[in-house]
Amino acid sequence: MTDEQVKKAVLDIIAIVSPDADLSNIDPAVRLRDQLELDSMDFLDIVMELRKRFKVEVPKEDYMQLASLDSCVAYLKPKFETAGVRL
Amino acid sequence: MSDYDVIIVGAGMSGLAAGIRLAMFDRRVCIVEQHDQFGGLNSFYTRNGRLFDVGLHALTNYVPDGVRAAPLPKLLRQLRIPRDEWNLAPQRFSEIHFPDRRLRFGNEIGLLTEEIAREFPAQIDGFLRLVQAIHEYDDTRLNPPKQSTRVILADYLTDPVLTDMILCAVMYYGNPQPRDIDWTAFVILFKSIFLEGLCRPRGGVRTIIRSLVKRFRECRGVFRMGCAVQSFAVSDRRVQGVVLENGAVLTADVVLSSAGYPETMQLCHETSAQIEGRLSFFESIFVLNVQPSEHGHKAAIVFFNDNDRFTYDKPDDLIDPSSGVICCPNNFDETETIEGMIRLTSLADYDRWANLPPAKYASARQDCCQRALSRVIQAGLLPDIQPHVVFVDSFTPKTIRDFTRHINGAVYGSPDKHRDGKTPLENLFVIGTDQGYLGIVGSLLSGITIANLHVLSADL
Ligand SMILES: Cc1cc2nc3c(=O)[nH]c(=O)nc-3n(C[C@H](O)[C@H](O)[C@H](O)COP(=O)(O)OP(=O)(O)OC[C@H]3O[C@@H](n4cnc5c(N)ncnc54)[C@H](O)[C@@H]3O)c2cc1C
Repeated sequence: MTDEQVKKAVLDIIAIVSPDADLSNIDPAVRLRDQLELDSMDFLDIVMELRKRFKVEVPKEDYMQLASLDSCVAYLKPKFETAGVRL
Repeated sequence: MSDYDVIIVGAGMSGLAAGIRLAMFDRRVCIVEQHDQFGGLNSFYTRNGRLFDVGLHALTNYVPDGVRAAPLPKLLRQLRIPRDEWNLAPQRFSEIHFPDRRLRFGNEIGLLTEEIAREFPAQIDGFLRLVQAIHEYDDTRLNPPKQSTRVILADYLTDPVLTDMILCAVMYYGNPQPRDIDWTAFVILFKSIFLEGLCRPRGGVRTIIRSLVKRFRECRGVFRMGCAVQSFAVSDRRVQGVVLENGAVLTADVVLSSAGYPETMQLCHETSAQIEGRLSFFESIFVLNVQPSEHGHKAAIVFFNDNDRFTYDKPDDLIDPSSGVICCPNNFDETETIEGMIRLTSLADYDRWANLPPAKYASARQDCCQRALSRVIQAGLLPDIQPHVVFVDSFTPKTIRDFTRHINGAVYGSPDKHRDGKTPLENLFVIGTDQGYLGIVGSLLSGITIANLHVLSADL
């Protein structure tokens, strides 16, 4: 599993949760919230969708780990691997 | 295992929205509704071959396409419904009409600001400060303090007529409390009407209902229609299941109820110290063989009062025709081909309607339609459309009570709201009217918020 695949999995979810978001120029190092106007309801959806698609749980105290695409990769990749997710 | 993860009482706006959220994330959800029809207070019906909306005047919270951080786009995102599906036609303008005073407003605050500067030049600075304070107030807290809006408004506006004019619009669109309104509720409603705006789903409320029902079914939610919940089976401070009219019991891990707080407590045989709402409305619908705009009536909504002061309280009469709301559905989008129509809403007294002998009920309805209409025509709020009326229907506080079971026909429920949705039973939550977000957009958000807070996030 590559970092790019994890990023794409997250972006696919954002595209569903927030269909009018412009995902073409996301800086992976910058907070998603600052680039996409995502609010806490949208974040809940991203978490719910991760659980629904990949059976990966993100407890509330770990929400900050999903702040940017880079931090998503750092946090989710090991989780995906442990869960045996194929991307 | 329970029959369902979640049972929702009521297929109104809040129940449908909560149901979609939960079913979307694979909860097994059943919505139990006493009627065969979806939509609750905002439903539709056929009379004389014509389709009528029960409640719809306007959808509040309109923002243009592209705005994201506002209640309407948020709820569409949460429900994953494309905005186009609701086919919204924004208003051009509406107005607030008091004796010798008229304020027009549109979907940009600029028009209202200009009108206030013209009608109440000494108040404009105060009004702009008020708007600023409203922008800055955090209305999303789940347990805000109760505060009197009349007291707070006095810090900004010194002209009682302007205060009353603003309150008139805000109160008619969602105040459960007589005479004053809680500040948080005021802020939410002020934004929804004046800072955002009004629109109409083309095709009426059924456009929205269809879209919600379709979405719930897509997510494999289950409806149990035409089936009232008679009580909740309670043990160990938990609802174990709901008992239906026909004696069947459905079990669930969580129950969300949109029946109203005191009504929900009655279903669990719990006593509730809750103050019951007592404000109800009478609404008449006049179908016309002309378009009202051809006769010079161009406003979408008119909030009016033709007394010296505006009080907003239960009248000492069947209805109080001296203030209210006039809605003209034709004035949102003139290209939508619908028959001419005027909807006229007045405050009404539930007890008087409920105690009328059956033989007098029909004539009282007719009489009140006529009184309400003559009054607004005399006051110059509406051109004389009487010769063009081809059909009249009306509903009373008793209709509302019989249809929705809301105590006292209180459309906006109890003045005590339960913003966090909690009840004395740990797996029972209230959504909709008595949770505290009101109107169509409000009740949809209410269902979403409580489903997120107590079911989806609680499982994380
Ligand atoms: C005349 C009128 C005009 C209105 N105009 C507007 C408007 O223009 N714009 C706007 O935004 N809002 C308007 N509203 C307000 C809006 O309709 C309501 O705020 C909103 O529909 C409330 O939704 P809800 O889900 O909270 O409750 P409800 O719509 O009351 O839904 C509750 C549902 O639960 C069902 N139920 C109750 N008890 C039981 C039971 N024991 N078993 C089974 N089912 C049960 C009821 O049948 C009902 O379907 C209007 C309301 C009225 C009455």
